[in-house]
Amino acid sequence: MQPSPSSAQTPPRANLAGWLYVSPLVLVLVPFFVAPILVVLAASFFATDGFGGLTPDFTLASYIDVLHSALTLKLYLATIKFTALTWVFTLIIGFFVAYFLVFHVRNQLLAIGLFLLCTVPFWTSNIIRMISWIPLLGKEGLINQALLALGVIRQPLEVLLFSDLAVVIAYVHQLTIFMIVPIFNSMARIDKKLIEAAIDAGASRFDIMRLIVVPMSKSGIALGTIFVVSIVMGDFFVVKVMSGGGSASVVSAFYEDVGVLQYPTAAASAVLLTLVLVAIVSLILRTVDIRQEITR
Amino acid sequence: MSAVLADMPDSVAPETTKAIAPSKGGRPWTFYVLATLFSLYVIALYGPMFCIYILSFQDIRGGLVFPMKGHSLHWFVDLFTQVRTGDVKGSFDRSIKLAVIVTIITVAVSFLAGLGFRKRFCGDTFVFYMMIGSLVAPGLVLGLGTGLLFQALGLNASWYTSALGAQLSWTLPFGVLVMFAVMSRFDHVWEEAAYDLGASRWQSIRLVMITVLAPGLVAVALFGFTLSYDEFARSLQTAGSLNTLPLEIWSMTLNVTSPSLYALGTVTTIVSFIVIGASLGSIVLIQKKRGSRVRG
Repeated sequence: MQPSPSSAQTPPRANLAGWLYVSPLVLVLVPFFVAPILVVLAASFFATDGFGGLTPDFTLASYIDVLHSALTLKLYLATIKFTALTWVFTLIIGFFVAYFLVFHVRNQLLAIGLFLLCTVPFWTSNIIRMISWIPLLGKEGLINQALLALGVIRQPLEVLLFSDLAVVIAYVHQLTIFMIVPIFNSMARIDKKLIEAAIDAGASRFDIMRLIVVPMSKSGIALGTIFVVSIVMGDFFVVKVMSGGGSASVVSAFYEDVGVLQYPTAAASAVLLTLVLVAIVSLILRTVDIRQEITR
Repeated sequence: MSAVLADMPDSVAPETTKAIAPSKGGRPWTFYVLATLFSLYVIALYGPMFCIYILSFQDIRGGLVFPMKGHSLHWFVDLFTQVRTGDVKGSFDRSIKLAVIVTIITVAVSFLAGLGFRKRFCGDTFVFYMMIGSLVAPGLVLGLGTGLLFQALGLNASWYTSALGAQLSWTLPFGVLVMFAVMSRFDHVWEEAAYDLGASRWQSIRLVMITVLAPGLVAVALFGFTLSYDEFARSLQTAGSLNTLPLEIWSMTLNVTSPSLYALGTVTTIVSFIVIGASLGSIVLIQKKRGSRVRG
């Protein structure tokens, strides 16, 4: 994409052509993204008969319900806990995997091959990848069997599966790729001469990391963070399955609400969650111009 | 993922991207630490998946955990013949059809949007952020909104209408982002050369752009197919009465506790691997053909 003069100076013809090209995209996004969001927003103000019927109304009852419930705070705390833990682990693993591929693998073809090796599971089913932890983490799973055989534990550990630990493991397993790709991308753009110059000037390994690599990978980290945070906060099936029903998050509670046809409460909770998400994402976007990054 | 696929042609050739480890000569100790980390990551990435593939080949005594009990294809037969595991065959069929439709639309719309975003036009930022919004919005919430919208309009939700649209709201942003990465490597000069030689706009798109960008378009198709084929959260409230495959898997995770679940995981992953292999293979093939044409 070419840097171009501000859109105020673009001739009307270019505007028309631009809109023509993106019109199919807009024609999909308006009915299937904008309209559904507005419907959910509207539903959050509606009254309900308790059986799934909605009466057009303007009541804040659902919001008051949601905000007054002690459960809401608990759900948000649980969601934030899962998000924070997943973010920390995916960031650490993702950063160093990308660093290894960019700076330590000398053969370019090998680096691409290893990168693809990391990305292939992304194109397979998330649900299957999640349940694939069951034979490993279960009470009679491989890890417990191994620990028992080694004599480390006398009784099988029950916290491995159907626990918060299992939820975080499943998230990290699924989402690290969303950190690796953008960080890899921004690291690959760092001119290697810069690092050699730093070495020549006497910089230590730590200095190079702190002063060159981390600052220059910031945009990749920001992009990865947006992906990881929005996916974890919007997820419900990992929490539902991997916690064995023991934990809940904002969206899994939303799912339960929808299941019992409590649409307005569910909608109000969804609107609140979306607001929180928008706040977080725009905070991240303030540190990086995502469009510049992607299209550069 | 997007970037590396787009990168494949370039990164092999130019010298600026030649991998240079921070220090030449002997490997620094960090190499070994990070290589270990990387290997552990890859093992953790693939290990659990391979466990369920292996476990799906047990015989009738088989359970959900190791050790293996016998070897047979019992659970695969069970999967497609038993009624209690649900309509696997039908949902499999629907998912493939839906994924093909989504792929075609995603490639066409993303390509056009990619063309449109090359030049700035009035309102382009708005469209861009609408797309990002569609990407990060919680899938379940969007799905519910779409479902309610169809209900309010008196339309029946089905996999080829509401679920199709809901999935496009997920695959299109990915497709366009991949297109960005692909387009940023397209040199304007080629297009202008085509015009200078008397090509019409359509000819320059068909003969120059589509030909040059073919590997990128294959990558977009790969995203479209796999993201649709494995899509779950947005389809849940929009697929209507007939399930797609991920919805079938979801209901199985809740009530089936036999290796048929693993067998289904193996089958769906084989399909994913075939699609991934075919896509990456055709990208490599296109590149090779090009390389030989230039040399020959």
